[in-house]
Amino acid sequence: MDAEIEPAANARTRSFAIEQQLLLEAVYQRYHYDFRAYAPASIKRRLQAAMDRLGCGTLSLLQDRVLHDETAFPSLLDILTVPVSEMFRDPGYFRALRERVVPVLKTYPSLKVWVAGCSTGEEAYSLAILLREAELLDRTLIYATDINPHWLEVARAGVYDLDRIAHFTDNHRKSGASRSLSEYYTAAYGRAAFDRSLKQSIVFSDHSLATDGVFAEVELVSCRNVLIYFKHDLQSRVIGLFREALCRKGFLGIGAKESLRFSAQEPAFTEVSREHRLFQKKDGA
Amino acid sequence: MQIESLAHIEAIVIGGSAGAVEALNGLLPTLPSGFPAAVFVVLHLPRERPSMLAEIFAAKCAVPVEEAEDKRPVRRGTVYFAPPDYHLLLEEGPSLALSVDDPVNLSRPSIDVLFESAADVYGRSLMGIILSGGSADGAAGLTAVRSAGGLTVVQEPSSAAVPLMTTSAIERCSVDCVLPFDEIAALLRRIHK
Repeated sequence: MDAEIEPAANARTRSFAIEQQLLLEAVYQRYHYDFRAYAPASIKRRLQAAMDRLGCGTLSLLQDRVLHDETAFPSLLDILTVPVSEMFRDPGYFRALRERVVPVLKTYPSLKVWVAGCSTGEEAYSLAILLREAELLDRTLIYATDINPHWLEVARAGVYDLDRIAHFTDNHRKSGASRSLSEYYTAAYGRAAFDRSLKQSIVFSDHSLATDGVFAEVELVSCRNVLIYFKHDLQSRVIGLFREALCRKGFLGIGAKESLRFSAQEPAFTEVSREHRLFQKKDGA
Repeated sequence: MQIESLAHIEAIVIGGSAGAVEALNGLLPTLPSGFPAAVFVVLHLPRERPSMLAEIFAAKCAVPVEEAEDKRPVRRGTVYFAPPDYHLLLEEGPSLALSVDDPVNLSRPSIDVLFESAADVYGRSLMGIILSGGSADGAAGLTAVRSAGGLTVVQEPSSAAVPLMTTSAIERCSVDCVLPFDEIAALLRRIHK
């Protein structure tokens, strides 16, 4: 191969990157969903999946479709925000919450918790169950927010495929639970429906970490495996929102491979558990 | 194929599963201190168990070995392992990125995901290596490396503990060279001048 000739694939890669920027700009201007500061490599894979699913040979064709066919946008949004959650994911995180955070939360007369980027609700129900087991749920309000109304609807229903439940049960047990997960759902027709009593403590609502502000003061923010999908600047913005939302000495939990290290907000937090990525807002921060 | 020069190689992506740790044992410890290229490795691992790979290889290698962290800028001469249960991708910069998107080829991390994103970032400055393994993950990724003008290398199937990954890659992609891993090690050392 002649080393001087640029492979055609690299020209296609550059074109794709241009089309990707244009499409995300179009989505923002037309539908006000802001993916422009999302990490591009993962967005690219999701857009390739969208092209397949919606039968568009190029990203420009997908842009044309999304701009001129309003029914196509929800499909694209579902693919761009594909749910990747599970209940009690990384059980050690929940164990650390039980051991390090719950004793402090017990000293408050009432609690607010923000599950940011809740997708289809698995993390919100996990926290509700944890707080029930800590006898705190009765005085807690959980705000679970996401940008995709479709996933919020799934989250509100709280019904999951039964074939996922064995794994959830295993995670729940490893998180140091005193009871069985089966106490919290009713199984029928291959589905597991989580209890109304859990849902009563959760408010699922529409909120964009990229464009919206803070809506309440909270004692705990849990936002795991969301930040990895954001570019550096958006990560900083979002951690800034959490800092603003957290009460004095409030807690922040992020994903097992996420870090505050590259954020301007890092000095505002102290580490509660390095291994499980639990932080506490500094007094006066 | 006769490889003229490797001076342009800035990054190496390596993928494997069953039997690949042994092959890596013959490769990574031979990299000299001051090695000029960054190395990214995806091995299929059991999920939910902290990986000791970075620690194990750090103790044996002259080059720095780390588990990949999200958003960290890439340093040349460092070996990065994908953490278990996360995809490892490369972004322009270059910097590292992680995702928990669904498994690809039933694998997370997936070799295809690493190789395809690395091909986008590094183009023909990339070398892709497929080692021993029991799945077809990596075949599409190696094809992407090749299409972008990168150099493609596959461990000789007869020398692989589990050959499926190598034979799948060879069938799917017209690879530049198929070598036993001691010769792959010699090839890597040629990048260092």
